[in-house]
Amino acid sequence: MAGFVELDRVSLRYNEDESALALYKTSFSVEKGEFVAVVGPSGCGKSTLMKVVTGLWPPTAGSVTVAGKKVSGPLSIVGMAFQNSSLLPWRTTLSNVVLPLEIVEPYASRMAKQREQFEAKARDFLALVGLQGCENQYPWQLSGGMQQRTQLCRALIHEPSLLMLDEPFGALDMFTREELWLALQELWLTRRPTVILVTHDLREAAFLADRVLVMSARPGRIILDRKVPTPRPRALDSTYAAEAVELVHELREHISAARAQAA
Amino acid sequence: MPRALKQPDGVISAPTDEDYKAVPFHREVHFLDRKAVRKALPWIVIVGIFVVWELAVRVFEIQQFVLPAPTAIFESLWQWRVPILENAWQTLLTTLIGFAFAIVVGVVGGVALGSSAVIYDSFYPALIAFNSIPKVAVIPVLVIWFGIGTVPAVITAFLLSFFPILVNVATGIATVEPELRDVLRALGASKRQVITKVGLPRAMPYFFASLKIAMTVAFVGSIVAETVAANAGIGHLMLVASSRFEVPLAFAALIVTGVMGVGMYVVSVAIEKRMTGWATRGTDGVTFGA
Repeated sequence: MAGFVELDRVSLRYNEDESALALYKTSFSVEKGEFVAVVGPSGCGKSTLMKVVTGLWPPTAGSVTVAGKKVSGPLSIVGMAFQNSSLLPWRTTLSNVVLPLEIVEPYASRMAKQREQFEAKARDFLALVGLQGCENQYPWQLSGGMQQRTQLCRALIHEPSLLMLDEPFGALDMFTREELWLALQELWLTRRPTVILVTHDLREAAFLADRVLVMSARPGRIILDRKVPTPRPRALDSTYAAEAVELVHELREHISAARAQAA
Repeated sequence: MPRALKQPDGVISAPTDEDYKAVPFHREVHFLDRKAVRKALPWIVIVGIFVVWELAVRVFEIQQFVLPAPTAIFESLWQWRVPILENAWQTLLTTLIGFAFAIVVGVVGGVALGSSAVIYDSFYPALIAFNSIPKVAVIPVLVIWFGIGTVPAVITAFLLSFFPILVNVATGIATVEPELRDVLRALGASKRQVITKVGLPRAMPYFFASLKIAMTVAFVGSIVAETVAANAGIGHLMLVASSRFEVPLAFAALIVTGVMGVGMYVVSVAIEKRMTGWATRGTDGVTFGA
């Protein structure tokens, strides 16, 4: 029990129905500062997994431990980004990024005094992902890629030690996606948070993660745990290198097998 | 001119600045689509109604105690301007006080109903039943309790207008996207924080849509109560005017009421535009009925 995130035989059933079992005895552990990607067939409970780890949904059996403490409710040390833009439409980009600081301590109680400092920090983050000049725009004035970048900033602003990314680049075109992979790698290399990334893009998993976990079809559990050997920092071309391609093929085979089993 | 020719390797050469400049722009704006014309149209319609009205009264020789001509109404409006203004002021105050209570009760109740399924399920049927009672029928009871005067009118204005506000605010809060709520919950936000940071801002467009409806029904409430149980106000004035066969005066009071209603509507639209520009993305939004 040394990992930063520990799942011990976690099961989750939404209700009494047979089909409502989303996770079955899922166990894995993530080291502090590690970047782990979770892949799997669609509907396998990846998003449920995210909610269980962050404490949004309590598991119906088994236990989740984060930073040595058993998870019993939402954790404020977590930063989250979702597949679809979950920016608050009535807030400007800057004010969306500042949002976590209005809620998470120790920032929240200092908000009144230090708002300017916090906003400066948010501006720095936005600049880091190439969004300087968009601070006062509303989410609907931004492109999909810009919205996802803003979400990343919001997920990181309170310097969470655990970053949960639920298909954050899923809705983007390939070029924007690759650009954000680089931005995310950069952020991870400089700040070293623990990251759990849920994705269905195997190249994305192979490019970003230290370790890739493959989930079975529903009810989900981990069926493969594979280290990614590519050294850091990685260039986009590395996803076309032989070993990366081989890894992607291996992951793909496991997922197809899992899908076939489910069907 | 077409210089962008395919070259053997499949690369297409870029057009020049002159090529770009040569692209024409010409779009004719239809007369009815011009901004100034659009702004003038409502006024033209209103003036038109009065003109048709005036003509109809003159052509068909309608008696003044049946339907007075607009000119007679405006004449009466000017003649009785002092009592009309005094009574209009009374009605405006009555309505605004009732309306203010309606906003407070509507928002507080709406937040409670919208954020708790238990409260919603328990109270909603009773609220619907209550709202189905014709408020006019309640006025005699109010008179027994509070006597003739301002209080029954304030209460009637309140009773009529709080319901649309409450239902809309509750709907706005209850339909918050789960993702937005999760963003806050994942940060460890308290229930109160979720309501203030997501629920309330999210409900604002609904709230303002309901204000427009509530505003008008609040006027209905106070004026109806004034005709039944008051000794001041536009409703009272109309009652007195019609009992003395001063039909033009009664119509003048009606017009003043309409103007007040439109005035309050304009005020709430102006506030709405400032507060909820995000929801309509800077354009004019759709109004949700209650």
